[in-house]
Amino acid sequence: MPTLALIDYGSGNLHSAERALRAASTLCETPMDILVTEDAEAVSRSDRVVLPGVGHYADCAAGLRAVDGMVDALETAVLQRGVPFLGICVGMQLLADRGLEDGETAGLGWVGGEVDRIKAGPGLAIPHMGWNALQIQQDHPVLTGLGDDPHVYFTHSYGMVLSNSDNLAASTEYGAPITAAIAKANIFGTQFHPEKSQRVGLRLLANFLEWEPV
Amino acid sequence: MLKTRIIPCLDVKDGRTVKGVNFVGLRDAGDPVALAKAYDAQGADELCFLDITASHEGRGTMLDVVRRTAEQCFMPLTVGGGVRSAGDLVQLLRAGADKVAINSAAVANPAVIAECAAKAGSQAVVVAIDARKAGASWEIFTHGGRKPTGIDAIEFAKEAQKRGAGEILLTSMDKDGTKSGFDIPLLKAVTSAVSIPVVASGGAGSAADLAPAILEGGANAVLAASIFHFGEVSLSEARKALADAGAPVRPFE
Repeated sequence: MPTLALIDYGSGNLHSAERALRAASTLCETPMDILVTEDAEAVSRSDRVVLPGVGHYADCAAGLRAVDGMVDALETAVLQRGVPFLGICVGMQLLADRGLEDGETAGLGWVGGEVDRIKAGPGLAIPHMGWNALQIQQDHPVLTGLGDDPHVYFTHSYGMVLSNSDNLAASTEYGAPITAAIAKANIFGTQFHPEKSQRVGLRLLANFLEWEPV
Repeated sequence: MLKTRIIPCLDVKDGRTVKGVNFVGLRDAGDPVALAKAYDAQGADELCFLDITASHEGRGTMLDVVRRTAEQCFMPLTVGGGVRSAGDLVQLLRAGADKVAINSAAVANPAVIAECAAKAGSQAVVVAIDARKAGASWEIFTHGGRKPTGIDAIEFAKEAQKRGAGEILLTSMDKDGTKSGFDIPLLKAVTSAVSIPVVASGGAGSAADLAPAILEGGANAVLAASIFHFGEVSLSEARKALADAGAPVRPFE
């Protein structure tokens, strides 16, 4: 059975992501073994990778780098072997060149851009918290079949500003456009939480489990 | 556009819901997990569990309720009641809560707000304020509304934000249980003093009561218990009433 490695580096949404991936897996034709792991070796061998993440950018970056060999293993699996990758929330933001939450923190630099405080319009609360409409910006297998006017759950104060707009898969509107999903080759990321977005979120996760990047 | 969140709230004691819940077509089994599933199916935007258990054993039971709910409901879950430390918050988050509401402990020792935010991020930290009108302002009460504190609710809301709260759950004790509508002046006073989201609580008696909390009070979400539990207002009626009044809601079929 193919194996999906869900990276355990102390992220708060690890178990929610695990439960949702298991539920999404039942929607797929081919069963997927969901392996929650902090073992770099297992990640480098896996067939699919999910990086969760909530909270502070620098804490998450430090947490990921604190797992022995994990960044190298991720790069082996995702950048060299080209396995499908999904980053959720801070797990997506970590792909940027850098994060600017309380000083500058280096990201993985897989997708050009930086993570800065979102600039909501006047009278709009931060964090951007709740259900917002997804504006799909490109045809992408992970974003298919989400229904009319799909809404997903966001909770964040920082957002990803992409260097190359070709990597924008979906956006949402909160006084100004916010990056909602990114895509680059075998890499996909969501600012929102598919594991908390009911039917739309489970469909997206199932799409990811079945995605065969070309 | 960000949508108004509609949040049913369940009081849980020793692993069972305490106020009766009586949906059409669902007999009250008192099991919070079954009720959470029913609200999930109706399209609740978020669910709130308030743990009113006093005992230590009850806390373990609550963690189990949260865990079992999170296994079946893929929606945001806020849990509050008796949270005293960042350690309590982390336990609840690990069990499957997305946000944890802190009430008495935050008032007694506001430093706990920053400790929680440092541990899990502001988005996970809700400060719950129970306020009652006192002259020209509002005073905070703690311990389930029994204990006056002499603390000004508006000033405390600002302090909570400064210390890293990501949301305020604002309950009007004057309105709670009256079914006469939310306390709009209190909501206005708090939402104009802070820039984090505010959840309106206390006083919802009908679907028509919901929109003013958003449109006049400036709240981002409405929380209610009895009107939903007793089937007086369905979530689809709540969504329709909000939308008709001009408060955006999430489409749900």
